[in-house]
Amino acid sequence: MSTIVSLPDQSTATLPKRTYINNEYGLKSWLLTGDHKRIAILYLISITFFFFIGGAMAGLIRLELLTPQTDLVAADTYNKLFTMHGIIMIFLFLVPSVPATIGNFLIPIMVGAKDLAFPKINLLSWYLYIVGGGLVLAALICGGVDTGWTFTTPLSTHYLNTHVITAGMAIFVAGFSSIFTGLNFIVTIHRMRAPGMTWFRLPLFVWSHYAASILMVLGTPVLAITLVLVILERTIGIGVFDPTKGGDPLLFQHLFWFYSHPAVYIMILPGMGVISEVISTFSRKRVFGYTAVAFSSVAIAVFGFFVWAHHMFIMGVSNYSALVFSLLTMLVAVPSAIKIFNWAATLYKGSITFETPMLYAFGFMGLFTIGGLTGVFLGSLGMDIHLTETYFVVAHFHFVMVGGMLMAFLAGVHFWWPKMTGRMYPEGLSKLAAGTTFIGFILTFFPQFIVGYLGMPRRYAAYPPEFQVLNVLSTAGASVLGIGYLLPILYLTWSLKYGKIAGNNPWQATGLEWQIQSPPLTENFVETPVVDYEAYDYEWLANKTKHEVQTVG
Amino acid sequence: MDSQAIATLPEHDQPAHEHPEYVRHHFANAEQQRETANFGMWLFLLTEIMFFSGMFAAYLIYRNWYYPAFVAGSHYMIIWAGTLNTAVLICSSFTMAMGVYSAEMRNRKALLRWLTLTLLLGFVFLGIKAYEWHAEWVEQHVPGLNFSIEDFTHINPQYPDDRPLSPDMAEKTQVYFSLYFAMTGMHALHMCIGCGILIILLFQAWGGAYTNGHMNTIENFGLYWHFVDIVWIFLFPLLYLISRHQ
Amino acid sequence: MSEPTHHAHKIVSPRVYLAIWASLLFFTALTVAVSYLELGVFNAIAAIGIAVIKSTLVVLFFMHVRYSSKLTKLTVFSGIFLFLVLITMTLTDYISRAWGMW
Repeated sequence: MSTIVSLPDQSTATLPKRTYINNEYGLKSWLLTGDHKRIAILYLISITFFFFIGGAMAGLIRLELLTPQTDLVAADTYNKLFTMHGIIMIFLFLVPSVPATIGNFLIPIMVGAKDLAFPKINLLSWYLYIVGGGLVLAALICGGVDTGWTFTTPLSTHYLNTHVITAGMAIFVAGFSSIFTGLNFIVTIHRMRAPGMTWFRLPLFVWSHYAASILMVLGTPVLAITLVLVILERTIGIGVFDPTKGGDPLLFQHLFWFYSHPAVYIMILPGMGVISEVISTFSRKRVFGYTAVAFSSVAIAVFGFFVWAHHMFIMGVSNYSALVFSLLTMLVAVPSAIKIFNWAATLYKGSITFETPMLYAFGFMGLFTIGGLTGVFLGSLGMDIHLTETYFVVAHFHFVMVGGMLMAFLAGVHFWWPKMTGRMYPEGLSKLAAGTTFIGFILTFFPQFIVGYLGMPRRYAAYPPEFQVLNVLSTAGASVLGIGYLLPILYLTWSLKYGKIAGNNPWQATGLEWQIQSPPLTENFVETPVVDYEAYDYEWLANKTKHEVQTVG
Repeated sequence: MDSQAIATLPEHDQPAHEHPEYVRHHFANAEQQRETANFGMWLFLLTEIMFFSGMFAAYLIYRNWYYPAFVAGSHYMIIWAGTLNTAVLICSSFTMAMGVYSAEMRNRKALLRWLTLTLLLGFVFLGIKAYEWHAEWVEQHVPGLNFSIEDFTHINPQYPDDRPLSPDMAEKTQVYFSLYFAMTGMHALHMCIGCGILIILLFQAWGGAYTNGHMNTIENFGLYWHFVDIVWIFLFPLLYLISRHQ
Repeated sequence: MSEPTHHAHKIVSPRVYLAIWASLLFFTALTVAVSYLELGVFNAIAAIGIAVIKSTLVVLFFMHVRYSSKLTKLTVFSGIFLFLVLITMTLTDYISRAWGMW
């Protein structure tokens, strides 16, 4: 049952005197910080920067596809556009999006620690990200890459003379940034929990980050060595993937997708963690089936390593192997469905309120379900032959990643914005942005399912005229979507100075992070917290609030 | 706090004098810091396993595809150099383990002696490896840069019973040598990084570090060094001993 | 939740190290010797088997896993497990691409 908790009066809230933000001043205090909260802010700024670069490229792609001819950009420029869009969005935005920003900020607080286990490695991970991002920008400025974000051999090793090596090195370096983030999270969750914080008292946000971190630590090195081999093949000419020397290009695909399939779970799992928190808070109810949701995260991580060859069904893998991988792919649908059903059951009989994070969370639930189910289509052998390499795949991927992950990211940013900055975002504008994003998203990507099913291939600058109507719809949707993403940047920046002061716990949520001041102190807690209540215990919170002596100032 | 609530911060209410100055501010005590650092190092080694596993998978597949080419390629390996290098690395692992032991015993002189020995053995390994690579360069066995299938389409004088490979299969020796250079190269890179860190550790140990009870760094570096040794323990039979009897 | 957080930090005696060092050198000699014998398929098995024994010795004693927490043991195990996943799942493709050719 849900517990009614009255929201605190924000007009009496004041900003605390000492916070992690005004603890030290100057650029140096940010660039050499060991504070996980400051590093999270550094990450937030840098991934937003790369998001808008990748987004600008998406805009150009959609503009080119407005008409059936190649009129806005030449075909090879178009190839570069979608490649750079993919590389930037996947390796520089989606992979670090929630973990490196919100996760970095919150995981130590949620487990009751003063910082992540290795603050210097955390800072190093941000610098590696910046170096990786810089290399991508260098590749972009020098003329771009046109292999597609998958670096397919032998196309990438022999047939193109664009900046494959620079981009490969960029992803190698950015990969280590993600390894270090994941490593830090796992160690922190194992070793730094506060007294009383048992595994099953951890918020689900922490569980899903734990699962995603396992994938980062175990999967990313395989991508790293694969890219090293591609680079060596391009520079020196060794023959691991080169068919003229006896190598097998399909082996590259195996190794590449061994990382890149789990990578989509690296991208989505932290988002699922955000949704668990948001749904529980705004239904004022414990997440239904807490243990099932927690273990489904781990299950997704484990199954994720057994399904990679479903990206290769039409590439010439053996039929028997394809059958095995197709069957295993279906398995992933089970834990994902467990999550969706449990969130829906959490809403049931909850006292639901419709704050902005909740709107984004609803968007996530709907769009992720569509994205996930179309994934089942693509995982079944017969359908995949028809649908693969068409816009159906593009639509499926964007439903999961943009409709799912980006919605979750925005939900998380809005939900924890008061905690990060101490100030509220403007309620009306943010609801407008959430609505705009949802409408724009559906308009952009739903037509792509249809146009893909009808047979329009991906990665071409021109298409037959009969697909134009659907493409125009999609381009129109993209411009609405663009506005939906620009709005938060504007009002969130505005709110830094003019937003209402939030107070410690504006949502009356139960996590440890809401029991401390906002913005938090540098060391998070005045004294090490002792946890004596279960996760999402609104009963406990209501009692605590009732008995608390009101202290202001 | 109920009974099932177990603290991961061991003894969080210890008195303040148990907080030596090398314990970072966010740890409760030295014990927690030690275990955290140790676990972090093991996770890093986990990523290293996966880093090398891609090449091991490639090796397994191509060895089955091109077995004759792999045998012929391995017959050009200098067996004494490989065996000696294995012994050198095993010795360096032993000296490293003894180094960790001396740090534990707080014996500065012994620590310096064992670390210096480890470093020297590391250099010996890299020297022998460089000698082998040079030999392969001279024999034109470096794919991409300096490769000729000449050796493999004729009888290897050291293995007169071998039949020469067909030109098609002889081309495939490039896969063997590509993997050979990628694997030993990655391994040697790890050795170089190890030697670099070891030099820094030596300087710090010279100044009296690591023998005052705080030895996480030495311990974790030992783990890294042993891991690099293990990689070589597998590379040696896979690359040198495929089929010596033929 | 049986994670030991305060297990005794055991110091391994140099005698153990010496014994391990000697057996590692012995196994190195053995693996070289075995490779000169004609054993058919068992050549490869012997080479890998001896390498596994050697690395187990290093992991257990030089790297102290024998005396470490369950968490460390689990970490080592998960690395080996995922390595095997990568190899076996890739092999499902390579073995069945052309039955019997491999």
